[in-house]
Amino acid sequence: MTAEQILFLVTAAVMLVAAVSVVTTRNLIHAALWLIVTLFGAAVLFAMLRAGFMAVIQVVVYIGAIAILFIFAVMLTRRELRDRGPQLNPGWWLAAILALLMFSGLVLVLGGWQGLWAAAPAYPSEFDSVQALGQALVSPEAFVLPFEVASVLLLAALIGAVYIAFQRKGKEE
Amino acid sequence: MDFWRNPVTDWVSGLLVSWGLSPEAAHVLTAFLAVLVLISVVMVLDIFLVWMERKIVARFQDRLGPNRLGPFGLIQPIADIIKLIVKENIYPRGADKVVYDLAPVLMMMSVLLLWAVLPLSPILFGVDLNVGVLYIVGVGALGTLAIIMAGWSSNNKYALLGAFRQVAVMISYEIPMVVSLMIPTILAGTMGINGIVQAQSTWFIVLAPLACLVFLISALAEMGRAPFDLTEAESELIAGHHIEYSGMKFGLFYAAELLHAFTFGGFIAAFFFGGWRGPWVDQYPMLGLLWFLVKTLIGYWVFGWIRYTLPRIRIDKMLDLNWKFLVPFSFALLMFLAFMHSLLRGTEVYVLGMFLSNVVFGWVTVEILRRQARQERSRVEGARAAVNAGQKT
Amino acid sequence: MQNEWIYIGLFLVVGALIPAAAIIVSAVLSPRKSNQIKESTYECGVETVGENWVQFKAQYYIFALVFLVFDVEVVFLFPWAVALNQLGVFVVVEGLIFIGILLAGLIYAWRKGMLEWV
Repeated sequence: MTAEQILFLVTAAVMLVAAVSVVTTRNLIHAALWLIVTLFGAAVLFAMLRAGFMAVIQVVVYIGAIAILFIFAVMLTRRELRDRGPQLNPGWWLAAILALLMFSGLVLVLGGWQGLWAAAPAYPSEFDSVQALGQALVSPEAFVLPFEVASVLLLAALIGAVYIAFQRKGKEE
Repeated sequence: MDFWRNPVTDWVSGLLVSWGLSPEAAHVLTAFLAVLVLISVVMVLDIFLVWMERKIVARFQDRLGPNRLGPFGLIQPIADIIKLIVKENIYPRGADKVVYDLAPVLMMMSVLLLWAVLPLSPILFGVDLNVGVLYIVGVGALGTLAIIMAGWSSNNKYALLGAFRQVAVMISYEIPMVVSLMIPTILAGTMGINGIVQAQSTWFIVLAPLACLVFLISALAEMGRAPFDLTEAESELIAGHHIEYSGMKFGLFYAAELLHAFTFGGFIAAFFFGGWRGPWVDQYPMLGLLWFLVKTLIGYWVFGWIRYTLPRIRIDKMLDLNWKFLVPFSFALLMFLAFMHSLLRGTEVYVLGMFLSNVVFGWVTVEILRRQARQERSRVEGARAAVNAGQKT
Repeated sequence: MQNEWIYIGLFLVVGALIPAAAIIVSAVLSPRKSNQIKESTYECGVETVGENWVQFKAQYYIFALVFLVFDVEVVFLFPWAVALNQLGVFVVVEGLIFIGILLAGLIYAWRKGMLEWV
């Protein structure tokens, strides 16, 4: 095994343990922290694939914003921070079946894909992936429309946030 | 990657290969040793930052500062360290011990990781990542996490409250910080920090002084230093997230804060003041380290100056300043400067044009603010006059 | 060894080791004489009342939501900023539209009073 493979296996094992801990720990904050470990593991995997931009985005958006949002949400909704709620809700077997189906679907799809076993083509030297991404994102032949639509999507998210905030404020008054 | 290919590292990795290691393993081990040396130097520097900080605050408050141990009190920080190390570590009742111990380590780590992308001289830098600017933001996210962990695991109301305030402020000010960093990115055409320094044949402070100002303000908030240190408001929150920490764990929080300030001084130097650029650097690349340190120390001193001059700001005022002024301002500045840059690029009046654009933009902002303040004042005074008139009748 | 992220990994390892070593050294050297009073929660000498939970304002959550939107926006803008020099004025206009739409969102949230702390 090469060093890279060992590193990958270690990262994957840590991610799996953390992911299982997210759903089994009874302490909600601990669950959020384990989730952060899982997300960080994904960032490490991106970095190992030399997808530096994706790795950094994973940390900035998922750990820096979404995980913080989760922790805020936990602190807001639970009256007691060390609350130990029920571990499983009655519909857990539905989720388990869904996860199993998802997994087998992924195996089926990826099993027939040649790229899974082929070695990745080497990077040309002096290749700046961020530069290439930026040009692809804004040049009219490529993804400029999705780029602009993304901004409308974010606007919709913002308006949704305003709406939620208003409901809350209405209740308080 | 010049940092990993110089006579010293070549000699070390050659030695390791002669001991029977494979070249790749030798390279990684050499890099490990180099990182260890760099971080150790940074930590020693950090110890003397404590001394500097105390001297600076003493001068601002018309005192002498530490002056008993050694010349100019230089040995004082060593004594502080010894005291911190032999102090008892207390776990407060009900604390979550693992998270409680991890938080200071994560805090220090989030600052040390910044040194990986800081270009110290043309040939001395950790890694020239092509996503360097976003990397700074990502590492900052780890710091945010450390604060939440510290506040939550201490099992103390005030620690939690302080941590939450600090995190709310940090995530809010992250937006103007990132947007102000996007301006050097546009000017240099790269996110790599060494590339940004190399692109500064004219320092970016000339091309984008307003971006530097926004970065300075948001960096102060991001570090949680005065006037934005309301999480440490001693009189109301005692000490914020590290209230329950003692001994070396408290020391790590304290050291991380000072080093954070120093590191951001370095980033201001790198983004806006030409980093390692200076006379004779082309002939002697290591001279860049000296220029860089001088600029960084000036930045650090300015942070101290602001800290000991301005009073603390209330949290709602702080968030107002961010969301109602800095965010719209920085986005508008970004749009304006991006447009002017693409318009003027390559022409002879580029530098002058960019500088004047900044002046005009700043002037328009000040005019708008003045008009708003006037309206607000006449509204308040009108209401008061109405009340007074009502009382008289 | 083409991947520059391995050095970041080394910084991650060393950056965790050194503070951890400081804590371990201190744990070995420092005395351990704990008692009830010393362990009690520090509140300036006042007895602690109740649990440590504090009911947080909903405003924290709302600011985090707004932050999330702008964070994602910034992520989209960085590749644009890097590629700006290679491409023409058209690209600048694209970016201006992108930012403009979101600034409109910010003004909407402002008008609706969502950015008020109290």
